Amino acid sequence: MTTATLGGMPAITYNFAYLDEQTKRMIRRAILKAIAVPGYQVPFAAREMPMPYGWGTGGVQVTAAVLGPDDVLKVIDQGADDTTNAVAIRGFFEKTAGVATTTATTEATVIQTRHRIPETPLRDDQILVYQVPIPEPLRFLEPRETETRQMHALEEYGLMHVKLYEDIARHGHIATTYAYPVEVAGRYVMDPSPIPKFDNPKMDDCPALQLFGAGREKRIYAIPPHTRVRSLDFEDHPFEVQRFAQPCALCAARGVYLDEVILDDRGGRMFVCSDTDYCESRQAAGHRGEMAPPDAALPQPVSPRGEDATRVSDDASSDLSASARGRPAGAGAGAGTGAGTGAGGTEAGHD
Amino acid sequence: MYVAAKGGERAIRNAHALLAKRRRGNRALPALTLDQIAQQLSLAVDRVMAEGSLYDVELASLSVKQARGDLIEAIFLIRAFRTTLPRFGASQPVDTAAMLVRRRVSATYKDLPGGQLLGPTFDYTHRLLDTSLVGDIGAPTAEIGGAEPADMPRVTDLLGEEGLIESAPADDGAEPFDITRAPVTFPVDRPTRLQTLARGDEGYLLALGYSTQRGYARSHPFVGEIRVGDVEVKLFVEELGFEVSLGTVQVTECQMVNQFKGSAEVPPQFTRGYGLVFGQSERKAMAMALVERALRWKELGEEPGAPAQDEEFVLSHCDNVQATGFVEHLKLPHYVDFQAELDLVRRMRAEHEAELKEAAE
Amino acid sequence: MGLALGFADPVFDSQSAFRAAMWALARPGRLEPLAVTLDPPAPLSPEAAALLLALCDFETPVWLDASAAAVPEVARFLRFHTGARIVAEPGAARFVLITDPARMADFAEFAQGTPDYPDISATLVVQVERFSASGLVLEGPGVPGVRGFGAQPLPADFIARMVANRAGFPLGVDLLLAGAGHVAGLPRSVMVREG
Repeated sequence: MTTATLGGMPAITYNFAYLDEQTKRMIRRAILKAIAVPGYQVPFAAREMPMPYGWGTGGVQVTAAVLGPDDVLKVIDQGADDTTNAVAIRGFFEKTAGVATTTATTEATVIQTRHRIPETPLRDDQILVYQVPIPEPLRFLEPRETETRQMHALEEYGLMHVKLYEDIARHGHIATTYAYPVEVAGRYVMDPSPIPKFDNPKMDDCPALQLFGAGREKRIYAIPPHTRVRSLDFEDHPFEVQRFAQPCALCAARGVYLDEVILDDRGGRMFVCSDTDYCESRQAAGHRGEMAPPDAALPQPVSPRGEDATRVSDDASSDLSASARGRPAGAGAGAGTGAGTGAGGTEAGHD
Repeated sequence: MYVAAKGGERAIRNAHALLAKRRRGNRALPALTLDQIAQQLSLAVDRVMAEGSLYDVELASLSVKQARGDLIEAIFLIRAFRTTLPRFGASQPVDTAAMLVRRRVSATYKDLPGGQLLGPTFDYTHRLLDTSLVGDIGAPTAEIGGAEPADMPRVTDLLGEEGLIESAPADDGAEPFDITRAPVTFPVDRPTRLQTLARGDEGYLLALGYSTQRGYARSHPFVGEIRVGDVEVKLFVEELGFEVSLGTVQVTECQMVNQFKGSAEVPPQFTRGYGLVFGQSERKAMAMALVERALRWKELGEEPGAPAQDEEFVLSHCDNVQATGFVEHLKLPHYVDFQAELDLVRRMRAEHEAELKEAAE
Repeated sequence: MGLALGFADPVFDSQSAFRAAMWALARPGRLEPLAVTLDPPAPLSPEAAALLLALCDFETPVWLDASAAAVPEVARFLRFHTGARIVAEPGAARFVLITDPARMADFAEFAQGTPDYPDISATLVVQVERFSASGLVLEGPGVPGVRGFGAQPLPADFIARMVANRAGFPLGVDLLLAGAGHVAGLPRSVMVREG
């Protein structure tokens, strides 16, 4: 493990995919049990990772344990490949495992995600690894692990139904919009991680293997392919997902999850796909939303996120500031050339 | 194929370059050496070793430098390194009675075998800013009178001879549970509790220990003894059939002596709260001992109810690397979930408005 | 007598054997290719050896069935390459090696997990000679619709054993059937009937 000496201190090198083999075996055994008992949270001895707890250490450990040299890895955060944490995690595996990476959902064999399931349907040779902050679906009803463990053992989920029903009594509908609890294979109630409930139906009968890693809370759980995943609901109040009134402003997709991008301080906003790969693939295939850039601008990256959020405000960032002016590139390109059709009354691009 | 990541990647690179620049500070000034940190900021280094659970002065000094003096960040660096190290076995229990003592105080006896040894302490210093430290005054050159090395039996052992304090739990010789290698499940045993507290955040334990003094699980504590010094770490090598010494580490041990009213089976006697940490950290060792004692309420038949007695609460939240990660993760993007909430709030507002309108009509 | 070699490349060989086992349990009854690179002492098969070397270490006590325990080289091979303790008490094992499946011990002999921790249960590595697509009909998580599956040899009352194993869900044991360059999984979640 330790090789050359640098300035009196030995240089430090790490194993393939960072984790030592003993740790990988321990995680792998937990994954096998998680698959055998769908939806049950297997305790595992999560290690400290070289990234903070809460930033995907569980997902990273699961990915490191499954990853092989022939894998192609995709990492998304909020559905996007270019968000800073996705970039950092992808870079971690490029560096420690030397695996091929991609942003294309269809090319990936392993996809690590935070908060989204890709829009492109997954295949039966793919593994979707979720980063999970709080794996216990009952945690906000009962903070004690000793209690919630009992509830799962006894299949005692009345408290959860009471909570959801109280929502209905108070608001007329269930007020949980993300991390919406599901029942897996008719037995365990499971936290799907903080994905919007829009994504819940994608978990049901999904051909891909879904693995969930919670590093700080030291839990791994799984949904095997083609497993019944039911979002909790009531006969008189069936589960329903969010609907967006308008299509994606860039690729015109409907029935997908959209992010709201604020364009100015006068109420201007646009709605674009949260799944950047899906959106870009559609644009490459010729689909155009009402604020899409003209054909000539393609294959110019159309990525309204990431850069702005990560801009650093010092001299070292001078080479970046030119390309990140705090306005979505797509919106600017579209509206600036007059190709925009006055979408939604916004005045995008009029700086 | 278009790779979306460019903007984020460049921003991260730039941010890291900027961090390196800030870390170095004014280049006209000489860079800190690890020796300077280890020698002159040794209590910071001690804390990093204690809560990082790795006894390595050089690496801890490096982490303090790399973390720009942010000790929780430095602890995190050490932990992330430590976790990659292979584990060869469990050492024999260190014998603190055989410690090469640098400092030793007892609040329960005026004098005792081996004597009290103040050693290097802030205690009894006047907390006045010392401007003589602005420059390099050098160390005092005059001889510092030291105590003759003497046999120093532990105060709790002295009390134990009379049967006035519960006996120390016997060592069953089994390898203790390792919280870094196996997931903790509640309720925990004593080794698990002590390990978790030993790497727990100093500030957190300080506050909880303090709360026990203010009536939340009061246990009438006395400092039986605090001792700071070097202990030998020995490993029994099965292949050789004998113990080998791995070297010495500096530790601080606190034995808190607490009241106990006795029960049907046990006559009235004192009870123990125990604290042991790497390096010199009396605050941490004392706070740990108070919290350890508070967590023992069940076995001692005491009334529960105070925060410091709540095992699952105390032990689940004392790790500052976990805590800082999860608190700080809130700065990661959450816009997908926020969008879902935004949608819901708008819908609920619309429904609310409609209801008001209806009511008005 | 020399000791048979372990994995030529422990990092990648372990990973690929694990991935085969993972997909096997995730898709019950579907054959997953398992590279045969080892030459372990008989009656331990190369496929079963690969699974055990990939998954076992000092944290996982292993129990050997009578025919494997009768050959000391098997225990020596596993101990040397994994560091796992070989235990005499079947209920103490996390991994179980069955080299003579027709006479395999009752599942109830092995750790089933507890209601609070159903994961603390045994994984059985069962050596078989042949796989087929009939004899058993599988249903449940990991199976789109139903899937035909068969393996030989297995005890005559195998279906009844699997039904009883499923009835105890979430407790139970999980099976990895290894042989002929493949591994197939029968996790406790699978529902098995004749067909």
